[in-house]
Amino acid sequence: MRIGIVCPYSWDVPGGVQFHIRDLAEYFIRQGHEVSVLAPADDDTPLPPYVVPAGRAVPVPYNGSVARLNFGFLSAARVRRWLHEGRFDVIHIHEPTSPSLGLLACWAAQGPIVATFHTSNPRSRAMIAAYSILQAALEKISARIAVSEYARRTLVEHLGGDAVVIPNGVDVDFFARAEPRPEWQGHTIGFIGRIDEPRKGLPVLMRALPKILAARPDTRLLVAGRGDEEEAVATLPAELRSHVEFLGMISDEDKARLLRSIDLYVAPNTGGESFGIILVEAMSAGAPVLASDLDAFAQVLDQGTAGELFANEDADALADAAVRLLGDPERRAELRERGREHVRRFDWSTVGADILSVYETVTAGAAAVAADDRTTGLRARLGLVRD
Amino acid sequence: MRDGRGPDGAPVALRPVTATLIWIVVALVVVGLYLSWTAGRLDRLHARIDAARAALDAQLLRRASVAQELATSGVLDPAASIVLYEAAHAARQADEDQREVAESELSQALRAVFSDPRQVEEVRSAPGGAEAARELSEAVRRVPMARRFHNDAVGAARRLREHRKVRWFRLAGHAPFPMAFEMDDEPPQALVDRA
Repeated sequence: MRIGIVCPYSWDVPGGVQFHIRDLAEYFIRQGHEVSVLAPADDDTPLPPYVVPAGRAVPVPYNGSVARLNFGFLSAARVRRWLHEGRFDVIHIHEPTSPSLGLLACWAAQGPIVATFHTSNPRSRAMIAAYSILQAALEKISARIAVSEYARRTLVEHLGGDAVVIPNGVDVDFFARAEPRPEWQGHTIGFIGRIDEPRKGLPVLMRALPKILAARPDTRLLVAGRGDEEEAVATLPAELRSHVEFLGMISDEDKARLLRSIDLYVAPNTGGESFGIILVEAMSAGAPVLASDLDAFAQVLDQGTAGELFANEDADALADAAVRLLGDPERRAELRERGREHVRRFDWSTVGADILSVYETVTAGAAAVAADDRTTGLRARLGLVRD
Repeated sequence: MRDGRGPDGAPVALRPVTATLIWIVVALVVVGLYLSWTAGRLDRLHARIDAARAALDAQLLRRASVAQELATSGVLDPAASIVLYEAAHAARQADEDQREVAESELSQALRAVFSDPRQVEEVRSAPGGAEAARELSEAVRRVPMARRFHNDAVGAARRLREHRKVRWFRLAGHAPFPMAFEMDDEPPQALVDRA
């Protein structure tokens, strides 16, 4: 099958959607399919052979943070050329509502289009204003995928229509086989995520830490992620700061080794999560998970059976649960075992096969993807082109 | 004439009229383009429904065929075989207006027969059974998918067709009002559990 995948965010900036697309593309290539990924990137950025650059992304403030997006005449032309040269059986657009390549591709293509909705943001003002334009582009999507039941619900409420739920994939064995590092072992709690992004929840964990250390003084907190380390520990009493170790940005290998080493993984995120891939990665590596009770997290953790949940933003509840878990090796062993069982459904072998069934369902009896000449050009506007 | 007045000094009516006419023509052209674009959108949605319906039919047929094959293979006990055969046969033969009921009954029959994971294991261990079980689990997973995609397209077309501009200008032409395909497509848990 010839598969075209459209990535909305810069390829050289690490992010969940980009990693998802990379893993998905590599899974399909291993299965013997032909894959081309169209992604925002400069022409001189080093790219894997299956990625086609769509030009430099422009940093614009969007959705509360600065996003690097592609739009405008040049990007639209590149999208059309890619569609024309690729002769795809199906194209898979990620995040079609973000004003970037996904929306452009949706606008410019006809034929079997599959779209994955990753985020579950409440409808923004811009989206309300652009609703009818957006709707006309989104109508072309033959199959919608939401990454969680929660993301599907927001999608149904905001855009109408329906979607199938296929979770994000994780290479379970990569995490399960990682070698633990001795210096990260022994009474350790792990946190991975941007330090300076409050919604990742590090401040909540910092508030809970004094209580955890009071009950279990030999505990260490290992923090991996970008951000200002001084600022992160500013609220912590000076004598406790030595219990926090910052590892900075770490590689995928080190992430897996970290998750294999720790006694407890804490995900104190306060909102804005539609899936929670890090929880799946932690469980794959056999780390017991303690997470805030966001809808998306509760679903990934099977309503609390595969990992424990605490009331969102409640530092006391987090501290109590952490102290209890750190003092109960049997419960942690049980969580490890349950987690290992539970993550199989998130392995790429399962998730990739499900996405492929979506492709096969929409391509059955449909023509291949082509550039849609009707939406642009004066001839189309004047009704001179009929299909 | 340069100042817009006739020889007797009175304003010439022609110029404002021409201007108005031009604006009316421009407005008509814009409205025409918009309607043509909307008709194109609707056209595309109808094509999408047709493709989605063809895909749904293919998946339903595939499911009924595998079920019937399993029912006649002798792997299942006689009672289960008869129940499954009956339902699969009815689903394949059903008239268009009975189709949703017949397919729902096939879903129920499949759930009844494969309610026990051990039954699935037994089918898998029979000669050629692994292949049949794989085909059936694929089919029962894809039917809900195909149906969701179909109904999603139907919903989008209906929302557009209910719009004033489409009704007033009869942009939908003679295309029948799209209908969702409603059925019970819950798959047997034992067949879809892979975790």
